[in-house]
Amino acid sequence: MSAYTSTVSGERHRFDSLARLLAAASPERSGDRLAGLAASSARERVAARWALAEVPLTAFLTEPVIPYESDDVTRLILDTHDPVAFAPVAGMTVGELREWLLSEAADATALAALAPGLTPEMTAAVSKLMGNADLVAVARKVRVVTAFRSTIGLPGRLATRLQPNHPTDDPAGVAAALLDGLLLGSGDAVIGINPATDSPRAVRDLLELLDGVITRYSIPTQSCVLCHVTTSVDLMERGAPVDLVFQSIAGTQAANASFGVTLDLLGEAHQAAQELNRGTVGRNVMYFETGQGSALSADAHHGVDQQTVEARAYAVARRYDPLLVNTVVGFIGPEYLYDGRQILRAALEDHFCGKLLGLPMGLDICYTNHADADDDDVATMLTMLGVAGASFVICTPGGDDIMLNYQSASYHDALYLREVLGLRPAPEFEAWLGSIGLLDEHGGIREVTAHHPLTAIGKELAA
Amino acid sequence: MTQLPVSTDDLALWSALRRHTQARIGLGRAGSGLPTRHRLELQSAHAAARDAVHSPFDPDTVAAALTGVPTVRVRSAAPDRLTYLQRPDLGRRLHPTDRAHLPTGEWDVVFVIADGLSSRAVHEHAASMVRATTALLPADWRVAPVVLAEQARVALGDDVAHTMGATAVVLLVGERPGMSAADSLGAYLTYGPKPGVTTDADRNCLSNIRPPLGLPYDTAAAKLVALLRGARELGRSGVSLKDESDALPRHPSD
Repeated sequence: MSAYTSTVSGERHRFDSLARLLAAASPERSGDRLAGLAASSARERVAARWALAEVPLTAFLTEPVIPYESDDVTRLILDTHDPVAFAPVAGMTVGELREWLLSEAADATALAALAPGLTPEMTAAVSKLMGNADLVAVARKVRVVTAFRSTIGLPGRLATRLQPNHPTDDPAGVAAALLDGLLLGSGDAVIGINPATDSPRAVRDLLELLDGVITRYSIPTQSCVLCHVTTSVDLMERGAPVDLVFQSIAGTQAANASFGVTLDLLGEAHQAAQELNRGTVGRNVMYFETGQGSALSADAHHGVDQQTVEARAYAVARRYDPLLVNTVVGFIGPEYLYDGRQILRAALEDHFCGKLLGLPMGLDICYTNHADADDDDVATMLTMLGVAGASFVICTPGGDDIMLNYQSASYHDALYLREVLGLRPAPEFEAWLGSIGLLDEHGGIREVTAHHPLTAIGKELAA
Repeated sequence: MTQLPVSTDDLALWSALRRHTQARIGLGRAGSGLPTRHRLELQSAHAAARDAVHSPFDPDTVAAALTGVPTVRVRSAAPDRLTYLQRPDLGRRLHPTDRAHLPTGEWDVVFVIADGLSSRAVHEHAASMVRATTALLPADWRVAPVVLAEQARVALGDDVAHTMGATAVVLLVGERPGMSAADSLGAYLTYGPKPGVTTDADRNCLSNIRPPLGLPYDTAAAKLVALLRGARELGRSGVSLKDESDALPRHPSD
C-alpha cells in the first residue's frame, strides 16, 4: 500500500492509501462523515485533490481499494479490464485524464472505445477533480444506446419510467396511475412498479396487468415489477410475462450479499430473460438500481467513500448489458446526502461515472421529507441532468410516490424538460404516441379528453 | 384564482379513478407545468411534513398529558436537530450525563417516548397510547417510569431498557412524515434488548397510529399487549413472534 502526500500553503498532508486519498478528495457529504472517512478540513480536502491529480491511472490497477482476494466485485473489475481500450490513457495521471476528457479529442467515438479500459475507481477519481459543469460537459458527449421494444439513449431523446405505484398493489389504483402517465406521454423507458410485497403471486398479477395493457394497445415499451431477482427467475420458469429482470445492486460483494444477490445469480437471470426473447428491437433485458450510501447502510463499505463504492456498482451492472440503470439519488436520507446541494452533486457524479463506464444511465431525482430539499431542487437537478444527456428519468404522479413515500420528478417535469431542451421520446414510442393522437403539431404531448380511447384502461378496471 | 375550463366528462373520469388511489392523478396542465392549485397543494403537504420534522420536542406537553404517571427525561448523544438528522448513530445512544438520571429496578416493561422524525406525532398521540396500553396490561406487570427521550431513534430504547434493567421496551416514535400524514406514530417492541447487538429483525412494529385516520389507540394497544405477552412466553421478540394480524410492516425503520 502506497502513501500519498502533498504540500499546500506550506502545510504537508499525508494519505496512507489510495482509498483514504479518494475519500479525503471527495466533495463534502454527510455519509462520508458518518462513516468517519471525510476530509477533516477544507484544506485537507483540497490537498487530497492535489495529490490525487498526480496519481497515475495505472495505480488503480495495482492498488485495489478493496482486496482482490476478499471481494468478487474487485475481481470482476480487474479480470475484465481491457488493456487495449485503456492504452490511449495508460500513460496519464488522474489530472491529465480530466483535461483529456474535457478536450475535443474525447468525442463520442473515443469515449465509447475507452469505456472497457476504465475502472470504476478511475472514473470516481477523475470526478473528484471535476466541477459540476465538467461533469455535465463530459457526460453529454457520451452515447450509450440500448434497446428492447424501444430504443434508449439516442441523441436528442429523453425517455421516462412511468411509475404507477400503489400502497397495496390494487389493480384499479395501478391502472388509474398508468393511464395518467400514458396520457402525459410517459413510459418509453419502462413502465415499472415497486410492488408492496415480493410475493410471486402479487408480482405476477401486476406483470399480467401491465403485459395486458402493453399488448392490447401495442405500446412499444417494456414492463417491470421491481421484485427480487430470485422472484423474477421463479416467475420466468412458471411462464409469467417478464420483460426486464430488476435488481438493486451495490459496489461490494458484502453489500450485494445483504441484498441477497451474487454475480452468478445475476448471470442466471440475465440468461433466462434473454432466452424468453420478448424484445422486438433489442436484447437488453436487465434493469438495475443503485444509490450512494447503500454499502455504508449495509455496513459493507470497507473504508471506501460512498461515491467510489457507488461507481463500483456500475462494474456489476455493465457485465449484464442492461437496458436501464438508474441511481436513486436522494432516497436514502440526509445521513448520506444531507441537502439539495449534496444530492445534485451525487446525481451528476453517478451519471458521469455510469456513462463513462458505458452504461445507459438514468436517474431517480428524488428526496425525502427529512432531507433539506424541495421541488425546486428537483427542477434544478432535472435541468442539469437533461443538459448532461441522461438516458431517462423516473416520473411519478404529481412528483409524489404514495407507495415509497418520497418525492421524485413528475410527468409534468418531463414535459418541461422535453420542451425547454427540445428532447423527444424514444422513436418507437414517439411514433406510437402519434398513432393514437397524443402528439401535437410541434411534437409535444396533446391534452386529451375523457373520450380518448386509452381512457378505457382506467374505466374498465375501475368499474 | 382562474381555472382553465375542464369538461364535466373529464372531472367525472378522474373523480371515479381517484376512488382507487390517492396518487395525484388527472391534475391537468398549465402548459407543461402543474395548475397553480395543485402546485400549492403539493407545497402545503411538504410544508406540513417539514414542520413536523423540525418542530422541537416538548417533553412538558407529554408529561402534562401523563399526569399521575411517573416520567423521566433524557437526551440522546445528538446535541441538536441538524446533527440528529445526519448522525443516526448518535440518536441511538444515551447522553452520558442523562444515563445517570435513569432509575433502575426489576421492571417487566419500560415505555419510551421518542421524538424520532415527527415531534407532532408524539405530542398528539404518545400519552394516549401509553395510557391505552398500560390499562390492558395484566395487573402483576411491573411498569417502569415513562422515559421521554429527545433527539432519539428507535435503538435508543435498547440503551434505556438495558440501563434501567427492564426486560422489555415499548418505544413510541414519531415516524418520518409523508405527504399525506405528518403525525403518524410508530410503536416498536423489543424483548431483552442489548445495545449494539439487537437489530431491527429483533423488533416487532406497529405503524401509522394516528386516529381518526390511521390505527386507533385501543386497537394498537390490544395488539401491543398481545405482542408483549407473546414475547414473554417465547422469551424473544422479532420475526419469530407473530401477531394474529398480518398487518405488521416487514421492514421496521428508524
